[in-house]
Amino acid sequence: MPHLDAAYNLARWLVRNPQDAEDLAQEAMLRAVRFFSGFRGGDPRSWLLTIVRHTCYSWLTRNRAAELAEAFDEEAHSATTSEASVNAAGSSQYYSSPEAQVIAQSEAGRLRRGLDSLPVVFREAVVLRELEGMSYKEIAEISGVSIGTVMSRIARGRERLREALGAPPPPLVVTEAPAKAAANKGPMP
Amino acid sequence: MTCEESRRFLTGYVDGELDLVHSLEIEDHLRGCAPCTDMVKRDRTLHSAMSLNNLKFAAPESLRRNVEAAVANAFPEEARSTKPTVMEFPRRERSWQWAFAAAAMFLFAVLAWKLVPQRQPVFDSASDEFVSNHIRSLLPGHLADVESTDQHTVKPWFNGKLDFSPPVQNFEAQGFPLIAGRLEYVDHKPAAALVYQRRKHYITEFVTNARGEKDAAETHSSQQGYNVIAWTRDSLHFWVVSDVNLTDLEDFAHLLRNEAPSQPSKQ
Repeated sequence: MPHLDAAYNLARWLVRNPQDAEDLAQEAMLRAVRFFSGFRGGDPRSWLLTIVRHTCYSWLTRNRAAELAEAFDEEAHSATTSEASVNAAGSSQYYSSPEAQVIAQSEAGRLRRGLDSLPVVFREAVVLRELEGMSYKEIAEISGVSIGTVMSRIARGRERLREALGAPPPPLVVTEAPAKAAANKGPMP
Repeated sequence: MTCEESRRFLTGYVDGELDLVHSLEIEDHLRGCAPCTDMVKRDRTLHSAMSLNNLKFAAPESLRRNVEAAVANAFPEEARSTKPTVMEFPRRERSWQWAFAAAAMFLFAVLAWKLVPQRQPVFDSASDEFVSNHIRSLLPGHLADVESTDQHTVKPWFNGKLDFSPPVQNFEAQGFPLIAGRLEYVDHKPAAALVYQRRKHYITEFVTNARGEKDAAETHSSQQGYNVIAWTRDSLHFWVVSDVNLTDLEDFAHLLRNEAPSQPSKQ
């Protein structure tokens, strides 16, 4: 069953809950099979992930409308915010190398929590780029936005992720099955 | 490029998503800007941390079983036949491909039929485009994809980017140093563009594939103060465009014509 991992991974990151992710990935796979005649050629994985994303966003709209609205709201304001953070970044101690070391040494758990804490649109862009290794063009097609928007979402997402990693892990409810996480990341120091 | 501009593109630069021109501009900026270089390092650090720690969630076994069962239910005959599953899209994709291929061939036939009569005076119709391209390339930062005076750097750079191998020489001794090469799309074809310098002037030499066409003698034209010389040789079209005087440009064209045959071109 090709691309099932990719489908589950995206769903898992979008809804941040193993059980719902499994249900949604399954729903999306069946939709993909049923609506296969809508496939217009191109990369099957992109096409499948477009369906997964759509399925997940429908679910988010039904179940977590506030979170979704907040994410888009934040993106709308992020132009000014990112400008500010860019300027703050200019002062060099903000980018001191100890911080880089902190990130390099972060283990999977901290990275996961950091990524989990991002607003959904940024999280989605970073996951598709860093975890699925997709091009901006593919991400733009999956997310239904321009390539420029993809680039700014990734930039902003990375910035937010670094902020999350630089600070102590945020006290948020982690809905992650520890056994599964350990199985995926392999032996960790 | 200013810091503000560069910041907008840095992420794309780190991800290798920028075109060559922007990448070169960013690299140029990075050489003199420590904060921006730091930003690049930060993005790379984060990227390597994320790829070192596998953050992907693998599909649980239960999901795999459920999906396979559901698919088998929906398509009993395909599930029974062989292992390759529906997601590999065996038959249907092929039918789409055939439909596309047929449509593409039809379109191509129509286009070819429509374009052939116009293509007879190929040099005249195209030279306008070559002049525009030459002028545009002189706008700041657009001259080069690969910047080098070494023909052994420029020539291999075109490998895999074109379906022919353009002859590349450096005529520095004759007063026409080679300074750069870049890829273009002109006259409905991918083209190699080689930039030479003559004192303070630039000369752009365009080379496109002319497979199946006979050699043609030089033709001259002049537009907007730019001289154009064109010819066809060894299944390649050549155009040289510049604002240098015609005598210099003719000298240059002769240099190219004398040297070019020594370089075999791919048929």
